Amino acid sequence: MEKEMELLRLLEKNGRMPVITIAKMLDLTVEKVEERMSDLEKRKVILGYSGIVDWTKVDSPEGITAMIDVKVQPKRGVGFDEVAERIYRFKEVKALYLMSGTYDLSVVIEGTTMSEVGQFVSEKLSTLESVLSTTTHFQLKKYKHDGVVFEDGDEDHRIVVSP
Amino acid sequence: MTSSQEKSNQYLSSAVKRIQPSGIRKFFDLASSMDNIISLGVGEPDYSTPWNVREASIASLERGITSYTANAGMLELREAISRYLENEFETLYNPSDEIIVTAGASEAIDLALRATVNPGEEVLIVEPSFVSYAPLVSLVGGVPVPVATSIENGFKVTAEQIERCVTEKTKAILLCFPNNPTGTIMSKLELEKVAAVIKRHDLLVYSDEIYAEMTYDNQHVSVPSLDGMWERTILISGFSKAFAMTGWRLGYVTAPSHLASGMLKIHQYAMMCASTMAQYGAIEALKNGKEEMLEMIESYRQRRNFFVSSLKEIGLTCHKPGGAFYAFPSIESTGLSSEAFAEKLLFDERVAVVPGNVFGAGGEGHIRCSYASSLSQLEEAVERIDSFLGKIR
Ligand SMILES: Cc1ncc(COP(=O)(O)O)c(C=O)c1O
Repeated sequence: MEKEMELLRLLEKNGRMPVITIAKMLDLTVEKVEERMSDLEKRKVILGYSGIVDWTKVDSPEGITAMIDVKVQPKRGVGFDEVAERIYRFKEVKALYLMSGTYDLSVVIEGTTMSEVGQFVSEKLSTLESVLSTTTHFQLKKYKHDGVVFEDGDEDHRIVVSP
Repeated sequence: MTSSQEKSNQYLSSAVKRIQPSGIRKFFDLASSMDNIISLGVGEPDYSTPWNVREASIASLERGITSYTANAGMLELREAISRYLENEFETLYNPSDEIIVTAGASEAIDLALRATVNPGEEVLIVEPSFVSYAPLVSLVGGVPVPVATSIENGFKVTAEQIERCVTEKTKAILLCFPNNPTGTIMSKLELEKVAAVIKRHDLLVYSDEIYAEMTYDNQHVSVPSLDGMWERTILISGFSKAFAMTGWRLGYVTAPSHLASGMLKIHQYAMMCASTMAQYGAIEALKNGKEEMLEMIESYRQRRNFFVSSLKEIGLTCHKPGGAFYAFPSIESTGLSSEAFAEKLLFDERVAVVPGNVFGAGGEGHIRCSYASSLSQLEEAVERIDSFLGKIR
């Protein structure tokens, strides 16, 4: 449905947009938008609404993010799914992808300290039976995340009145 | 005026003395002396040019391609324009002798007029219109004749309105759909009716279609694609709006070869050629810019819907503009002239809009609001206009 895609694109950009604003933008009634949203939630098309936070800007113990390339031995019958599930169940794991190429799984870990991440990798991840090897990359700086540029100089360069 | 000014003014041509500085300029001077302004006065996209386009231009500089191009523009670009117009708007122009790349649609308008208007000939201008048309007609010695449209008809021009303004001196008519400042578009049927009078009186048409891509409910209909119109139309367009390339100063004009070659003579002496690095960007825009353009247009459509229905909520009559990024609400109910309204709104609430009277006949009683601003700015602007209306009513 045309408006459904449009609604999703809007929400993906800003999950906090008031329903009344969305309704105006899409030329729909508020009820219609609410209906569609709850339908999309029920169908698990919309899985959640979250904020993108630049943690470096607030006084918090800065988190550490690591991306770990994991090679695994897939199991007959369940392939990669079983080991994937064992990995994504850990609360430290923020994202998990099956990859093509030189390794199989890409695991994104967030921890408070480097050693916490190290511990997770050495004690929990690499000890899994089907894990053959891991390579850990620590993230040094976030430039862009989920389509949002961090530290964007987005001031308006236009002159106030023009043709 | 001091006597030394008077003295130096003796050197100005009478044509230049006759024309007024743009009313937009005046508002710019007012608004730019203030801060904390929310501006709905901007006639350009709020996006920067898509990165791939900028990248292509940078790459051309890195390769040291910094010389003049052919007068009419790089053949590769003219070919891309030709393909683009054919695919998007069903108009066919031969890249070798029917397309000229110009320094913006602005230069294209000037070329078209200079190449065709003789002193004393009348050019019909469908108003409200872009501010530069009438002065440019005057500058070439022509006589601009306004054909006024009004909100009752959604600012569409009718065959009868044109008929009433035609005299034996009428040479041409200037059309601009989607329109600046009203955002009005015309359907194929409506254009065909207009075309019939144009053909009957054998008029030349300048069709400024710089907002062609930016229509929200209906497909744009290009004037030269209509029956019997191609041979009498000079099409003006460019990259400023749909590709968010205003500062690049790149546009184009297309016409049957005898008209194009006339324009090329002027262009080659006055401009040589359009900016080379900009032409490289434009090739990329035409070849790979569609997806991002459509994203921008979707967002303009959403903001149009939001803004126009918000204006209605606070009690301003506004037709739903079918294209471009302007809303042109009526402020007649306030009893203020458009200029007084815009000035007071600027001083009292710090919202910059453009008074409708600067766009000529039919514009009085309206203000032009560009909704090419962020949603939060638009929300804030509506709140401020609402509070302003509360105070003056
Ligand atoms: C109707 C119309 N024509 C032409 C132009 C000029 O465009 P360009 O930047 O290509 O010179 C504008 C710019 O506002 C416009 O609104």
